[in-house]
Amino acid sequence: MPSVNALSIQDLEKTYSQGQRALKGISLEVAQGDFFALLGPNGAGKSTTLGVVCSLVRKTAGKVKIFGIDIDQDFAEAKRLLGVVPQEFNFSVFEKVEDIVLTSAGYQGLTEKQARPRAEQLLKDLGLWEKRHAQARTLSGGMKRRLMIARALVHEPKLLILDEPTAGVDIELRRSMWTFLQEINRRGTTIILTTHYLEEAESLCRNIAIIDQGEIIKNTSMKSLLGELNRETFVLDLTQPLTQPPALNGFTYRQPDALTLEVEVQKGQCISDVFERLSQEDIRVLSLRNKANRLEELFVSLVEKTAASDFKAPPQKNQPVQGVAQ
Amino acid sequence: MKARVYWVAFSTILIKEVRRFTRIWAQTLLPPAITMSLYFVIFGNLIGSRIGPMGGFDYMQFIMPGLIMMSVITNSYANVVSSFFSSKFQRSIEEILVSPVPGWVILSGYVLGGVTRGLMVGFLVTLLALFFTRLQVHHLGVTLVVVVLTAVLFAIGGFINALFARKFDDIAIVPTFVLTPLTYLGGVFYSIHLLPPFWQGVSLFNPILYMVNTFRYGILGVSDINHWAALSTIMVFIVVLFLLAWWLLEKGRGIRQ
Repeated sequence: MPSVNALSIQDLEKTYSQGQRALKGISLEVAQGDFFALLGPNGAGKSTTLGVVCSLVRKTAGKVKIFGIDIDQDFAEAKRLLGVVPQEFNFSVFEKVEDIVLTSAGYQGLTEKQARPRAEQLLKDLGLWEKRHAQARTLSGGMKRRLMIARALVHEPKLLILDEPTAGVDIELRRSMWTFLQEINRRGTTIILTTHYLEEAESLCRNIAIIDQGEIIKNTSMKSLLGELNRETFVLDLTQPLTQPPALNGFTYRQPDALTLEVEVQKGQCISDVFERLSQEDIRVLSLRNKANRLEELFVSLVEKTAASDFKAPPQKNQPVQGVAQ
Repeated sequence: MKARVYWVAFSTILIKEVRRFTRIWAQTLLPPAITMSLYFVIFGNLIGSRIGPMGGFDYMQFIMPGLIMMSVITNSYANVVSSFFSSKFQRSIEEILVSPVPGWVILSGYVLGGVTRGLMVGFLVTLLALFFTRLQVHHLGVTLVVVVLTAVLFAIGGFINALFARKFDDIAIVPTFVLTPLTYLGGVFYSIHLLPPFWQGVSLFNPILYMVNTFRYGILGVSDINHWAALSTIMVFIVVLFLLAWWLLEKGRGIRQ
């Protein structure tokens, strides 16, 4: 078991010059080899945290260590171990694809002779080899995302930070990027991922931290977090329109339209009981699906708790119906 | 080991800079060549023949060093200010900031990129000048030292401007309202001995006067000022501005939140 964590953050604080307190003393540990999700709503402090780690944001207080190297002591050495894929495209769009990757390698101290074979391999792995002589501005959005990944990996970093790497990428490409990222993680690269696609975090990450309003509100393994899920909402598509509300005693449900039921199943309840009761009323179910993925349900409930004091939700139509317990 | 890594990073920045301004040569190398050719034709050939000799040389010969220096100054400055600000604007500067390249290497790379463009344009203008007048070099050492030091100084100036700039207007203000007037009033087209004593005194506060005259001394052997004092002053300014730019860069002025 490696003794030094890939990333160690202690009591990190950031107050911007306008007085906005973006980070309120967060602490976080990411083990070597981990695939770690840092989630949170917009403006929660994810990008600020990662910005401090990769030196784009100056911290107000706290300690950050990358593989045991304190960034206050030797940031240059710490940065050598770091690869960063930012949220927004940040390369010169007039440069050629290959030049962008080789230039990045040069900043890391790799000569062209050292960098060229690595760049070639990465561009081939990421499906950009045919475009190597094209100006970056001619690439599609998905290709630009992959170019940023190639650029971040050319110096073979031990810790890769991905800030929403699949934003705006179609599902097919997203899944091929997941496979690629899982492969480099399997080879030993520690990955920290922020994403708004919670399905992505659930599929890829072993550990997770949820940050909201500058504070870590959850930091645990993905498995134990999903174990905390107290309820799941299922969407049932029916074969015939409902003429009257079904008697689903013990279950909370909503009826968005005559052919659909949304049923909340609490921890300890069985979905088969729902089918049984619907069957007793001669209601047949055509198909069944989760309304949201499990992590999304948890995420929303966790973030809602902290946001409850800030927001008052507008009144909703189709308020849920609570069945009477038998 | 570190020195080798820094050297690779420095040469990467320099190559990127040179590749940038040569890729857009029609915007960076061609315009100053055309503008200076017009100066040679209009001021040197047409008007100059009526002005008569100045400082013991015909007018075309007299203005040639000033025009070369003017193109070196404006292009060294323009290259760094526009390139570094564009990197900030496109956020491609983040690529360097997240890498282990120290601030002084980033600064040196950009400055040398600006110096390269300034000297390249200066060389082109010198070649064009040969169509209009003959070139004599009175003191090769002084000529080369002053032109390089001037390019370095204004490249650093461009870097500081880019650090502070928040919008494209901000990178045009200094060249338009400071550099151009100082250059035109810096003895490019005349000897300050033609001015009344008061304005001669005022002109001595113009730093570009020292650079133009020292360069003129290197080429023609005549100058309105002491060239050794001028060279020393330029070097002091380079050290002070380099340290200032480095400090601002390390502090993250305009580039880190």
